[in-house]
Amino acid sequence: MEMIANAWLVPLFPLLAFVLLVAFGRQLKEAAAYVGILATGASFVVALLIFFERFAEDAKDYIYNNFHWLTFAGKEITMGFEVNQLNAMMLVIVTLVSMLVHIYSRGYMHGDERFPVFYQYLALFTFSMLGVVLSPNILQLYIFWELVGVCSFLLVGFYFYKPEAKAAAKKAFIVTRIGDVGLFIGLALIFWWVGSFNYNDIFNKIEAGAVEEWKLTLIGILIFVGAVGKSGQFPLHTWLPDAMEGPTPVSALIHAATMVAAGVYLVARMYDLYLASPVAAETVAYIGGFTAIFAASIGLTQRDIKRVLAYSTVSQLGYMMLALGAASAAGYVAGTFHLMTHAFFKALLFLAAGSVIHAVHTQDIFEMGGLWKKMRITGLVFLIGCLAIAGIPPFAGFWSKEEILVATLSSGHIDLFVVALIAASFTAFYMFRLFFLTFSGQARGGAEAHESPGVMTVPMLVLAVLAVVAGFINTPWKPVLGEWLTDGFTMFHAGGHSAEHAAPVWVTLLAVGVSLVGIWLAWSMYGKGTIPQGEGGPLYRLSFHKYYVDEIYDAVFVKPLRAIGKGMYAFDVWVVDGLVRLVVAFTKGVGSTGARMQNGQVQTYGAIAFIGLVLLIAGLTIAGGYAEQWRTIFLQS
Amino acid sequence: MSVPINSYLLVALILFCIGLYGALTKRNAVVVLLSIELMLNAVNLNLVAFAKYGLFPHISGQIFSLFTITVAAAEAAVGLAILISLYRNRNTVQVDEMDLMKR
Repeated sequence: MEMIANAWLVPLFPLLAFVLLVAFGRQLKEAAAYVGILATGASFVVALLIFFERFAEDAKDYIYNNFHWLTFAGKEITMGFEVNQLNAMMLVIVTLVSMLVHIYSRGYMHGDERFPVFYQYLALFTFSMLGVVLSPNILQLYIFWELVGVCSFLLVGFYFYKPEAKAAAKKAFIVTRIGDVGLFIGLALIFWWVGSFNYNDIFNKIEAGAVEEWKLTLIGILIFVGAVGKSGQFPLHTWLPDAMEGPTPVSALIHAATMVAAGVYLVARMYDLYLASPVAAETVAYIGGFTAIFAASIGLTQRDIKRVLAYSTVSQLGYMMLALGAASAAGYVAGTFHLMTHAFFKALLFLAAGSVIHAVHTQDIFEMGGLWKKMRITGLVFLIGCLAIAGIPPFAGFWSKEEILVATLSSGHIDLFVVALIAASFTAFYMFRLFFLTFSGQARGGAEAHESPGVMTVPMLVLAVLAVVAGFINTPWKPVLGEWLTDGFTMFHAGGHSAEHAAPVWVTLLAVGVSLVGIWLAWSMYGKGTIPQGEGGPLYRLSFHKYYVDEIYDAVFVKPLRAIGKGMYAFDVWVVDGLVRLVVAFTKGVGSTGARMQNGQVQTYGAIAFIGLVLLIAGLTIAGGYAEQWRTIFLQS
Repeated sequence: MSVPINSYLLVALILFCIGLYGALTKRNAVVVLLSIELMLNAVNLNLVAFAKYGLFPHISGQIFSLFTITVAAAEAAVGLAILISLYRNRNTVQVDEMDLMKR
């Protein structure tokens, strides 16, 4: 059976699980987990089959886009699904991480009152993300894109009785909405200028040069604004660290597979657009580069284990954008490749962090320590995750990060290359700071820690294996993934770019070198303690307070908007409502006066009739002039 | 020597006003009926005055007032009959106690 032609099955399973859990979640209680695991497991199997089918020689993209949905402005809008290299890979990543998170949550959420609800949301979240990935046109993508946003809102606010979680959920939703507005305008412009939402139609038009470059640039930047919101790029990154208020498995899901990957996926999917518009690509590269170093420098000083990881995600997403912004085949491959490896080791790190939190019941890394002996498996997989993200060979992060560096260098952006190197060293530093503070030294907290149950450690081990080996799919001397991903990408060949590239040895050495320096520094400061930790300096405070971005937004946007809101509210209460109340009072007054007159006394009626007559006569007497006019009017007609 | 029309009209006006005032303020139904008679007579006076001194003097004004007097007599008879039957039913001739129209 052709599995590719049945790719719609992949999102169907989580949707079914969602419907099932909505209907019977209350009865199923903790058995709800098995429904979710089974559904995502089935999706994963199908996704894997699709991936292999697509990976085979002479496989073709499959597009079904015939479901007629709407007709307007003489254009048919259709729905359907498609399978190409990029989304075949994404399907595997999303379903795999989602399945592992489903399994892990079985242990992590054990005993929670709203256990089935949690699984409902997880299933819907997975479904939405798979929908994003499978969409053959950008309008359908937008629908699922918003669904992803809703699910993130629900899951981040899962502990809604905590005010921070409530605020974080609202923030996640509203901040990403700001980006979505950009995406929406971009969509409208595409429909206006290109006349279709289908990727292929859009790309054909672009390749044919039917759209002016400034239009492409505008569309590209607007779509990137959407990606900035979803993927937590500066300046809309603030929601991502706050989203840590959600349960930890959700953080793993959001950060690795389902939410932030959507932005990177969108840019990668619309890559023809960025190839055709160097300005838009440059915007992507510079925003990505800046985010990479900006977030990494914040991550250096955070005390909350999950927040460090959150900023590292923001930083790594910046890396991906940086790679994609290189606007070359190498950049495209590097960005998506890093998306894949990052999904594995970031999910791993989050699950491991969840395991630590589960054991010590705190998120402050300065209250942990000495966990290496008590939590062998967690410690080991966390170390693997750290090595992978720091880019130490042969772990997965090394290969993808090196490709990004090479792609950036070959695109001619020396400044961005340096920035990426510094960010890499920062990454190594804060990850190992985290590791040493959590696992080495003496226990600083009072809680007695012990290893998590197997249902939690097994998914971590699976991810740990992937974090070690995933990089080998695309080594510089045998770029299997790269060749496959760029196969059939006509734009690359037209532009004279090539997927083949030889990484200069010094780049590799430099990349590993800066990471090692970062690790050594972290060891000296937090492991051995030979270098003072140097807290309290102005730079430290700046980083610790996240460059006061939240405070600045609060002062620049939130407070003025709130003031405007209050003004509007006052206007509503006093002017609009006042008018209404005035009308009410007038009518009421007339009514009560009229009611008082109707007392059954003939004499009163007589008096009123008389007064009315007097008024009538008085009026006619005063306005006597009109009588003349009326007469002339009537006589003429 | 002839009396000017203004005098007739003035007398009629005064009579009418007294009648109106009485009809609207007096509590005794008999007095109210009397007041209405006053107003009718004021009208009669006007009719007669205009029939003699109006812009188009004609006998019909006087005939009309005769009709009015006749109708007024009948009206008084009917009104008093109603009054008596009311008195028998409700044991009062006070107008302000007759507020059945409210119900």
